[in-house]
Amino acid sequence: MRIYGVALLAFCFLTGKLVGNLLGASIGINGDVGGVGFGMILLIFANGYLRKKGLLKPLTEKGILFWSAMYIPVVVAMSATQNVKAAISEGPIAIIVGVIVTISAFLLVPVISKIGRKKQND
Amino acid sequence: MEIIEKLVDKNGLIFAFLVVGFIMLASYWISKKVLRNKIPGVAIAIIVGLMLAFFGEKKGIADVSLFSGMALLGGSMLRDFTVVSTAMGADFSKIKQAGLAGTVALFVGVIFSFFMGVVIAAILGYTDVVSLTTIGAGACTYIVGPVTGSALGASSDVIAISIATGVVKVIVTTIGTPMIAKRIGLDNPHSAVVFGGLLGTTSGVAAGLAATDPKLVPYGALTATFSTGLGCLLCPSIFYFILNAFWG
Repeated sequence: MRIYGVALLAFCFLTGKLVGNLLGASIGINGDVGGVGFGMILLIFANGYLRKKGLLKPLTEKGILFWSAMYIPVVVAMSATQNVKAAISEGPIAIIVGVIVTISAFLLVPVISKIGRKKQND
Repeated sequence: MEIIEKLVDKNGLIFAFLVVGFIMLASYWISKKVLRNKIPGVAIAIIVGLMLAFFGEKKGIADVSLFSGMALLGGSMLRDFTVVSTAMGADFSKIKQAGLAGTVALFVGVIFSFFMGVVIAAILGYTDVVSLTTIGAGACTYIVGPVTGSALGASSDVIAISIATGVVKVIVTTIGTPMIAKRIGLDNPHSAVVFGGLLGTTSGVAAGLAATDPKLVPYGALTATFSTGLGCLLCPSIFYFILNAFWG
């Protein structure tokens, strides 16, 4: 049943968030540190384990795949609910800092991508 | 009209599905027929979304009562839920291989964004350490800025600037990623992991990669999700002490 997939996803999501919040509390931040990341890793492992055991039925999988297909519409809705006006009306400083920092970070991608990859080529 | 308003008000999320569905339909049509696939439909849909956000204030178009359901559809709960679900398409061996590079990218991203933000803010005339730290934190993500600012007791206008800086970063990442992707070698899981760590903004990374190549989304989102936490940890503590020692 599809709901099994959705429930599995919900379990991974909530467990990941719990770990993220506990980690946050333990280092004195009142928030979530990497909760989504932990949830993703958990789902990857659950997926691999269930597949090996032959427990992951196609319908179960469809319950999860539905939500990953909804991801782009959610991102579009998210863009439409950003405080775009403030970003522009706070004057030049926010725009100058935001633009320069982002573009510089883009340019660092190829530099840091070399790490861990060189070994393979050598 | 009153009946329709009441109906939409009571079923905000369902109406949001309809609105976003319409935006996607129109954007894909424009991408295919008008722009001949030069700009992906997802990118157009996101830009349309950002333009719609101008109709409101803090919560974008969700401030218009008819569209309040957009805040739920585009809120952090469903965003994180759908981002986690994309892990179904991720290959763990590729993540493991990029683990070291991703971790380095995470630290470099936070340190680099923060100090670059501080230097630019200093050039533009800010002198007190609390404001500089807050604006630098805003250059990490729009959550790190206000968290740091309120921890250090920054003034509300500086906190507003730090949030705005983070939002500008989201927008530039969203629009810029598909344009620059090829030139920075962003076409494989390895560089997507690095990209997520360096940029740090989960929203921007998720949207930018979706517009570039949806297959890369889980890899970028995975590292980006740790960035805000790392920023909240480092900015109001170590980074503030460092700045205080040099500037204070």
